[in-house]
Amino acid sequence: MAFKQVTSPHAHSAQSTAKVMQLVLWATVPGLLVLTWQFGWGSLINVALATVTAVICEAIVVKMRGRSVAFYLSDYSAVVTAVLLGLSLPPLAPWWIVVVGSVFSIVVAKQLYGGLGYNPFNPAMVGYVVLLISFPIQMTTWVAPLALLPAGVTHPGFAESLQIVFGGYSPVDGVTGATPLDVFKHSSGLLVDQVYDREPLFNQAMFAGAGWEWVNIAFLAGGLVLLSNRIFTWHGPVGMLGALALMSVIFYDSGSSTSPGTPMMHLFSGASMFGAFFILTDPVSSAVSNRGRLIYGALIGILVYIIRAWGNYPDAVAFAVLLANFAAPFIDNYTLPRTYGHTDRRRATEKEEG
Amino acid sequence: MNKTWVTPGGVHPPENKHQSVTQGIGQLPIPETLVIPLSQHIGAAAIPCVEVGQTVLKGQVIAKAAGAVSIPMHAPTSGTISAIEHRPIAHSSGMLAPCIEITSDGADTWIEHEGISDYEHISPAKLLEMVGNAGISGMGGAGFPSAVKLNPGRQRPIDTLIVNATECEPYITADDSAIRERAEEIVEGIKILSAILDHPHHIMIGIEDNKPEAIEALAPHVEGTGISVVVFPTKYPSGGEKQLIYILTGKELPSGKLPADIGMVCINIGTTYAIKRAIIDGEPLVSRVTTVTGDAVGIQRNYDTLIGTPVSHLLAHNEYNEQAGGRVVMGGPMMGFTLPSAEVPIVKTTNCILAPSYAEIPDDEPAQPCIRCGMCAEACPASLLPQQLFWYAQAQDHERLEAHNLFDCIECGACSYVCPSNIPLVQYYRAAKGEIRHAQDEKVKADHARERFEFHKQRIEQAEREKEEKRAARREAALKAKANPPAADKSDGTKPEAEPSSSAADIIAAAQARAAAKQASPEDQKAKLERTIAATEQRLIVAEEKLAEAIASDSDKQAVFSAAVENTRQKLEQSKTKLAELTA
Repeated sequence: MAFKQVTSPHAHSAQSTAKVMQLVLWATVPGLLVLTWQFGWGSLINVALATVTAVICEAIVVKMRGRSVAFYLSDYSAVVTAVLLGLSLPPLAPWWIVVVGSVFSIVVAKQLYGGLGYNPFNPAMVGYVVLLISFPIQMTTWVAPLALLPAGVTHPGFAESLQIVFGGYSPVDGVTGATPLDVFKHSSGLLVDQVYDREPLFNQAMFAGAGWEWVNIAFLAGGLVLLSNRIFTWHGPVGMLGALALMSVIFYDSGSSTSPGTPMMHLFSGASMFGAFFILTDPVSSAVSNRGRLIYGALIGILVYIIRAWGNYPDAVAFAVLLANFAAPFIDNYTLPRTYGHTDRRRATEKEEG
Repeated sequence: MNKTWVTPGGVHPPENKHQSVTQGIGQLPIPETLVIPLSQHIGAAAIPCVEVGQTVLKGQVIAKAAGAVSIPMHAPTSGTISAIEHRPIAHSSGMLAPCIEITSDGADTWIEHEGISDYEHISPAKLLEMVGNAGISGMGGAGFPSAVKLNPGRQRPIDTLIVNATECEPYITADDSAIRERAEEIVEGIKILSAILDHPHHIMIGIEDNKPEAIEALAPHVEGTGISVVVFPTKYPSGGEKQLIYILTGKELPSGKLPADIGMVCINIGTTYAIKRAIIDGEPLVSRVTTVTGDAVGIQRNYDTLIGTPVSHLLAHNEYNEQAGGRVVMGGPMMGFTLPSAEVPIVKTTNCILAPSYAEIPDDEPAQPCIRCGMCAEACPASLLPQQLFWYAQAQDHERLEAHNLFDCIECGACSYVCPSNIPLVQYYRAAKGEIRHAQDEKVKADHARERFEFHKQRIEQAEREKEEKRAARREAALKAKANPPAADKSDGTKPEAEPSSSAADIIAAAQARAAAKQASPEDQKAKLERTIAATEQRLIVAEEKLAEAIASDSDKQAVFSAAVENTRQKLEQSKTKLAELTA
């Protein structure tokens, strides 16, 4: 009798990369639903279009690289990148914005670096930043949230939305509007309290901007599901949100006219929760150890605040994440955990003495 | 209730222990032949002291310990030695190793043996000798000779004795069932250990909370003995020596140290039973409890198995279904290794034969890329970063691997178990460790060679320098001689001590004398020639064999070999002629 020779361990958990990716996709559903509720069909169309484009691109490149297309598509990583990009793009953006972003994310930011597991930068954020720099007008035109639509105006229906996206039709007046972060960027001269009083985006809201606070709560909920399923540890999100909260408390400036906004607004507006739970938790491009991820998250939180408060862009998650991606290997060098039986943490570059 | 500490990481694979404990420890018929490997332990292989054809009794020494870190082997049953040769053994490489085969006579007749009951009055040294003579090595994992482990020396007094009854690997129930049925003898064994170690302050039996029956069985016997049974939550790999030490004491074993260095001895509970048998009953280690389990066998239970029993014997008696499963594992599903064939024998460390069905343990999925999700780091009991180790192992970056403490990896397999991309991480670490060890060996060799070369260079330089100095001195002397003779003549008018011409003649004469001295005597020359002839004859035989082989296999090297044979033959002729001349 001759037996099969296999290396230990023989037992394996049922977890798989595809299942992890699928769970991430499920966790985006609350956010996507709230985006659709608050801003119309645009985000859903973005996500669908990005997914189709990304899967096609992935298949073509994998084929060109002579690998098994079915094997590489079945890990769902291209779909995750596409969904994350689709969620971050403005609803009702022209179709080519979505396509260009998806192609860039998959082909350049992911596959040209070696595919899944080898990309130094978050592919969705690379796609987003390329679009933001190249097409600033299209990328900063946001749809107004439900509460702010003028009387008698609704978000375009599904068919109309498709016409806007693919046919270049313009949406009805009043459908587009500023984001809470835009408002604060351009509200110098007003005290924070005055802004909250005068701007419908705030006086129609609970604490952080009409519509946007719901979007952030939904992404927070999805993120907590992933956290409780141990898809990632708490270190990255807590690092970012903690640092962002701390920065916005320190620089709140007691609500003066130069204040960059309240801590609640910073935590629950823009891409804060989405970034904290879905973007910086991308393990490939982040730091590796728990301590490293805490520092990495905090770095992103600080950068987000700096760019929001004193930079040229109203939101900053994409830039902050890419900058932190640069820093990840450096952080890794200094954040090795202490191994059992050793008294000190070591450095990754340390050499054996002697 | 003793306090316990919680180790980082760890996993909870399905336990699958209930299948094999529904029946007690069974006994199998004695196999027709048993194969006893000479190396079942860490240290030097035992040396056979029997001959083929010799009859032996059960418990008779058939191989002696080779030095201090070694153990003897005993006949597991009575019978005849039928072979001493290389056989496949339980090793992941499928290698062959020297073994003794016994054909059993079926009588299972014990050799005369006698134990001692008043071990308290026997010196620890004598007890250690008995443990060593009984051929006991650790029965939990690595198989370190127990007598060596229990003798840490005066500089390292033992304060804590830890008995490892964790059995954290899924499926295995050998220790569990042994405790259920033999608790009294096990505790007796622990008392003997305590006597050997000069009564350590703390004696703890560490056991996971998934073995309530065993815990209950131990309770009455440890009462009033000072031995505490410490129960802690089930988690793999709590039974690792380093992990268990931390769980029970809150102390970490410093990297590269042995438990004895921090005043501890950690011993498997099965070994304590063997020690009891050795001391009280005078029986050497010839059998052990082995679990036979997995869905590919019809009967899943524990057996008191003779060392040397072929795995095929166990499988055949437990309705093994070859179609149901593809692999047979010695050990558990986390750290066990697959057997090359069913012919390999059970050894002193074999706690389990696992024959899983394809449904239980399917073939491995192809590995996907590492996405550095970090699940492995969360599972690692040593707080390593398996994903980084994997990265650097692929890159063969030895410096980074060592900085990431690769050598603190205990190869428990928790990282591979959780890896969602099915990467065989442990295998990468094993390979990387091997590469680094190899590179270190090479470096030692290279350093040695360099030192030798440098010493050689130095020696040559020194010789050159000395020669140069001598030459300079001679030149000076010559110059002086040239310049001075008249003056010397004139100064005292006596005969010069040495004329220049005669001094030159002296040098020549001296040189001739030296050369003559160097010239070997005819006897020496003759002896040298005879040696040359003997060596050449030997070479000729080898060359002719090679030629024959080449002809047999119709190799294209025939011409080369035949030229070599001719050449050697000529040299032999020449030497013989010279010898004839010399003797003539």
